[in-house]
Amino acid sequence: MSDDPRSTDRPPASIRAEALEELLTERGLVKTEVLDGFINRYVNDVGPLNGAKVVAKAWVDPEYRARLLEDGTGAIKELGFAGPQGEHIVVVENTEKLHNVVVCTLCSCYPWPVLGLPPAWYKDPAYRSRVVREPRALLQEMGLTLDQNVEISVWDSSAENRYFVLPIRPAGTEDLSEEELAALVTRDAMVGVAAVKVAA
Amino acid sequence: MDGIHDMGGTQGWGTVTIDPAEPVFEEDWHARTFALGLASMGASGTNLDAFRHALERLHPLEYLGDGYYGRWLAAAETLLVDSGVLAPGAVESRARRLLGEDVVEPADVEVRKPSYERGGAGSLRVIEGKPAFTVGQQVKAHGVRKSGHTRLPAYIRGHVGVVEAIRPAAVLPDSTAHFTGEDAQHVYTVRFDSTELWGSDAEPSTLFIDLFESYMEETS
Repeated sequence: MSDDPRSTDRPPASIRAEALEELLTERGLVKTEVLDGFINRYVNDVGPLNGAKVVAKAWVDPEYRARLLEDGTGAIKELGFAGPQGEHIVVVENTEKLHNVVVCTLCSCYPWPVLGLPPAWYKDPAYRSRVVREPRALLQEMGLTLDQNVEISVWDSSAENRYFVLPIRPAGTEDLSEEELAALVTRDAMVGVAAVKVAA
Repeated sequence: MDGIHDMGGTQGWGTVTIDPAEPVFEEDWHARTFALGLASMGASGTNLDAFRHALERLHPLEYLGDGYYGRWLAAAETLLVDSGVLAPGAVESRARRLLGEDVVEPADVEVRKPSYERGGAGSLRVIEGKPAFTVGQQVKAHGVRKSGHTRLPAYIRGHVGVVEAIRPAAVLPDSTAHFTGEDAQHVYTVRFDSTELWGSDAEPSTLFIDLFESYMEETS
């Protein structure tokens, strides 16, 4: 607050974080083990593997897929995934003619229960600024080339709804089990900046 | 408010690179700050909307300088100082002491956490009253450049779109961030054609965004 961000001699962020934790702990306002619990949850328990299970199930179970598209929050909860930043999850489905991609231009809103915490690129000003304005060009730079006849829908998460992309099931995966399919599904595909590929 | 955070459509940011091996937290202080950021809302008696507004109020250099968790750290400190839980300068002086400097820490100030009533946990609410707009209706986003917190980004203001879906009603961040009430209202997903937002030579695409009812008006 008092320290000027333009000052060159302010203590580094790592030290300021340590200072803040000390001040709050001394006042009994936070407990170290509670903070450890928050961190542990998102390092070890809640991550894109959850979303991959949702996607794989939708690929092999048409009734589940229908429920997922109708009521994302409810269908995701069937697999045990719920929590902060997941009050209302809307699932948008990619097809051969339509590609969906998700952003939060104002901050970093992201469906934590199925994807965990957002990666650096999702929070990058370049992503937040450009994907709403030139999605095809940006996706190409990020390694996803879409055919010219594929339409693009961009979802800006500006309220408390959270968007989750159901990617296209790749060809040649007809014989794979649900578990094997889940292993193919990447975080980036569930945000809409990559396609799911069969392992080489 | 207009500010550094409102990035949709702004230019000059370069390209995006994906690091497939990125850990959840790149540095230990990122992890601590993530947890402290979550804890700061309870400790300051505020809420997530106030946290977002604290991010928006940062000096642009502070917003960008130490990256994502740098701004979380600064926002957490802002909320705690605003609430009187920490004195202005408390974090910096403690940090300097940790660095071995002999500085005096400021005395505690009076705690003044905001007082306001919440209608329940989370942000979704069941409200009386029918939605003012219907699916398929053409609507216009307000063009006002208001001060204070809002979730109506600059690139949408004043533009005409079509209601795609009606979502669960929710508390209005413009009010909850300032502790003036919940003002729960209907929320709509509205679609905008890229040419409406960026001009006739825009790259073809469709933009979907969630708008609170009070952000919208009928088109004549």
